Amino acid sequence: MKTLLASLVGVAALALAVRPSPALEHGQEPGPDTASAQPENLVAFVGATLLPITAPAIDDGVIVVRDGRIAAIGARGEVEIPAGAELIDATGRTIMPGLICTHSHVGAPFAADSSDPIQPEARSLDSMDVRASSVHRARAGGLTTLNCMPGSGHLMSGQTVYLKLRLAVTVEELAYRFEDGSIMGGLKMANGTNPQGDKPFPGTRAKSAALVRQKFIDAVAYRDKLRAAADDPEVDAPARDLGLEALVEVLDGKRIVHHHTHRHDDILTVLRLAEEFGFRVVLHHVSEGWRVADEIAAAGVPCSVIVVDSPGGKQEATRLSFDTCRVLDEAGVRVALHTDDYITDSRLFLRSGALAVRAGLSEQKALEALTIAGAEMLDLDGRVGSLEVGKDADLAVLDGHPFSVYTQVLETWVEGERVFDLSDPDDLIYSIGGPGAGDDVPFTQCCANVR
Amino acid sequence: MNHVITNRRGLGAMALAVATLAATAGATSNEGGGRIAIKAGLIHTAAGEPIRDGVILIDEGRITAIGPAALLTVPDGWTVREAAVATPGLVDAHTCVGLAGFLNTDRVNDELDRSESVQPELRALDAYNLDDPLIEWVRSFGVTTVHTGHAPGALVSGQSMVAKTTGSSVEEAVMVPAAMVTASLSDAGRGGAGNPGTRSKSAAVLRAKLYEGLEYSKKLAGEEAPPRNLRSEALAQVVTGELPLLVTAHTSQDIVTALRIAAEFPHLRLVLDGAAEAPRVIDEILAAGVPVIVHPTMQRSGGEAEELSMGTARRLVEAGVTVALQTGYEGYVPRARVLLFEAAVAARYGLDRERALALVTIEAAKLCGVGDRVGSLEVGKDGDVALFDGDPFEYTSHCVGTVIEGRVASEHELWTVR
Repeated sequence: MKTLLASLVGVAALALAVRPSPALEHGQEPGPDTASAQPENLVAFVGATLLPITAPAIDDGVIVVRDGRIAAIGARGEVEIPAGAELIDATGRTIMPGLICTHSHVGAPFAADSSDPIQPEARSLDSMDVRASSVHRARAGGLTTLNCMPGSGHLMSGQTVYLKLRLAVTVEELAYRFEDGSIMGGLKMANGTNPQGDKPFPGTRAKSAALVRQKFIDAVAYRDKLRAAADDPEVDAPARDLGLEALVEVLDGKRIVHHHTHRHDDILTVLRLAEEFGFRVVLHHVSEGWRVADEIAAAGVPCSVIVVDSPGGKQEATRLSFDTCRVLDEAGVRVALHTDDYITDSRLFLRSGALAVRAGLSEQKALEALTIAGAEMLDLDGRVGSLEVGKDADLAVLDGHPFSVYTQVLETWVEGERVFDLSDPDDLIYSIGGPGAGDDVPFTQCCANVR
Repeated sequence: MNHVITNRRGLGAMALAVATLAATAGATSNEGGGRIAIKAGLIHTAAGEPIRDGVILIDEGRITAIGPAALLTVPDGWTVREAAVATPGLVDAHTCVGLAGFLNTDRVNDELDRSESVQPELRALDAYNLDDPLIEWVRSFGVTTVHTGHAPGALVSGQSMVAKTTGSSVEEAVMVPAAMVTASLSDAGRGGAGNPGTRSKSAAVLRAKLYEGLEYSKKLAGEEAPPRNLRSEALAQVVTGELPLLVTAHTSQDIVTALRIAAEFPHLRLVLDGAAEAPRVIDEILAAGVPVIVHPTMQRSGGEAEELSMGTARRLVEAGVTVALQTGYEGYVPRARVLLFEAAVAARYGLDRERALALVTIEAAKLCGVGDRVGSLEVGKDGDVALFDGDPFEYTSHCVGTVIEGRVASEHELWTVR
């Protein structure tokens, strides 16, 4: 027992903390980067305008996909198209990396219940319905990676889960994994008015912060006990505490805190707590981030911003601004965008970037905010978020400029497989709506066929 | 360093192609005796073909001339404002701004009284908060006229009004003090405090109330006037057709129920609102000759509106239904939608662009009973104009001025409320 608990400390621990991956159960290769594509999967998109994000745009480009990864990218004539590749004429199209939403509620990944304001042990993984129509609508918007999370009604509402929108029917098949096979996700936290309420929920901001500090102090003590037990076989490890285990992962930097926060003072409270306990945090929504941009920049903390069509609706959102992204960017803060779906619609995620451009953010930064910047905030930038050789072939295929209202997402590809096709009537309703759009059934049929 | 939010900073960098700013200093005041000339590279009039390189002359609040710049001379001393594109001031066919408070707290929320389920005597006029920041917000995105009222949370919630998005008092802003009686056969109007709990009960109560109105109207027409009863009076105005009855309904079942009830009262003027499943019952809607104020294009789908489509407006327009677009009611964040954006996305999903613009200008104006005054750029109509630095529907264009009755009511888009 002691050996097992000792191994819970550190990187190797996570593998033991989760069930074996279904990939293993199915006798396939384990590991996080297992492409669902078959070995013969070899595709070349030819003729599109490519937006690699981390490199300048390429007109009349070629992108070669082998076994779910990008094998080559460049201008036509500069890239060798392998014999046997399936050629896809993408003339007139724009291809960019699949969009990354750092904050989504599709599939109802709600975790904590109403019994306590602090429930880091509750996992979105155990709530997430990957067959929900809302998940397929995300594919229709060109999204390929989501951070699915519980709401903001708690100080700690649970563990988020990072999902790759493969066409599959279990959350295990969609989850991103560490190299040891354990499932990746963050921790959702919130401050301000949303987590306040009647006992046992906090009634003030000060109480909120005090409860969170005490919990982290408990987590530090728990980690110390785990370490002591690991170092000394004579020392008993503490009884297993699922919530504190998650917080130890936060303290160790393996699990990033995704923190709902709106008002300028609430933002500073998050920075203060992050500094005190040394955890990694992404500030989410940051309606008043523009008022404390320099402080955020000085703390080196990235922001994931929501763009909504008007301020108001609650006190904390009264000073949100279309300008937030630009101001944060100018201050040197790394900026991503998110849908907060159901607050804004995944199908129109490109629009969030466009509205940020409307308010002065550069197109390049807006494109990054929809892709690579979000990947960074999920520790996934080594795999996704740009069109680079070796990265996953997660693609959004558009019929025009990403920030034009008239542009549509024609296709979405994940690891070299098409997971959304606007020309398919079964998929079309998830893009536009109409009879059946709220229904999971056609999608399940579609996925069953794929499998 | 303080990061000050100002649109001009952003616009300065982006609106280079537009020679807007030069001639506009002081335009917020009514210099030139309210005489303003608007020059635009493209004028969408909502009353015929667009005019290239056009001029609109507005004197004492009304349009006195409109046409190509080559044919129209701007008189000396007039204020001149230039933009790449001009459209009629936008008309929101149904919203709750001014009643649904910006802060969304009890003190400022006047969107719904829940004490009873049928209260047609409640006037938006008596609740409209001119100072609500969201009115300025939507105005800054080109909206000059709103049909506003109570939220769809009661069987009969009150009387809506039509107002300009400016003015120093509601009396000054208002165009139509009582525009429609607003009702709901949607989930929002069922269950909860005071409301009927089933569809059958909703229909029964609504019918009974309308018959009360009918009786009252007969008494009013009789020898001896009955004691004045505000509720009965409003119901009587509905059955006699004096006030249209706006019914929010989303499922085809509820839409058809609204048609069935309306058919019992020969003079009743029904307006369907929301109508997510209207495409399922287009024939019935056409046969009844009922107009539809379609749900916001980007309204969240789910619940009774799970079939909601961003193509609903297009479907109905193509079938020949009279249609206008709206921003509707929002209970949380965002607290208000931007009409321009809703029309833009409708255009993206296949609605002809000029048509999409018509649904937020002339068609909306007609449907709300103010088509003779606003909604198109024609001589004699109010000088309400929205100015843009590019295609109004493009995400990255900007509204660079909103003119109401010849005054520049908004200089630029608001991106934050200070």
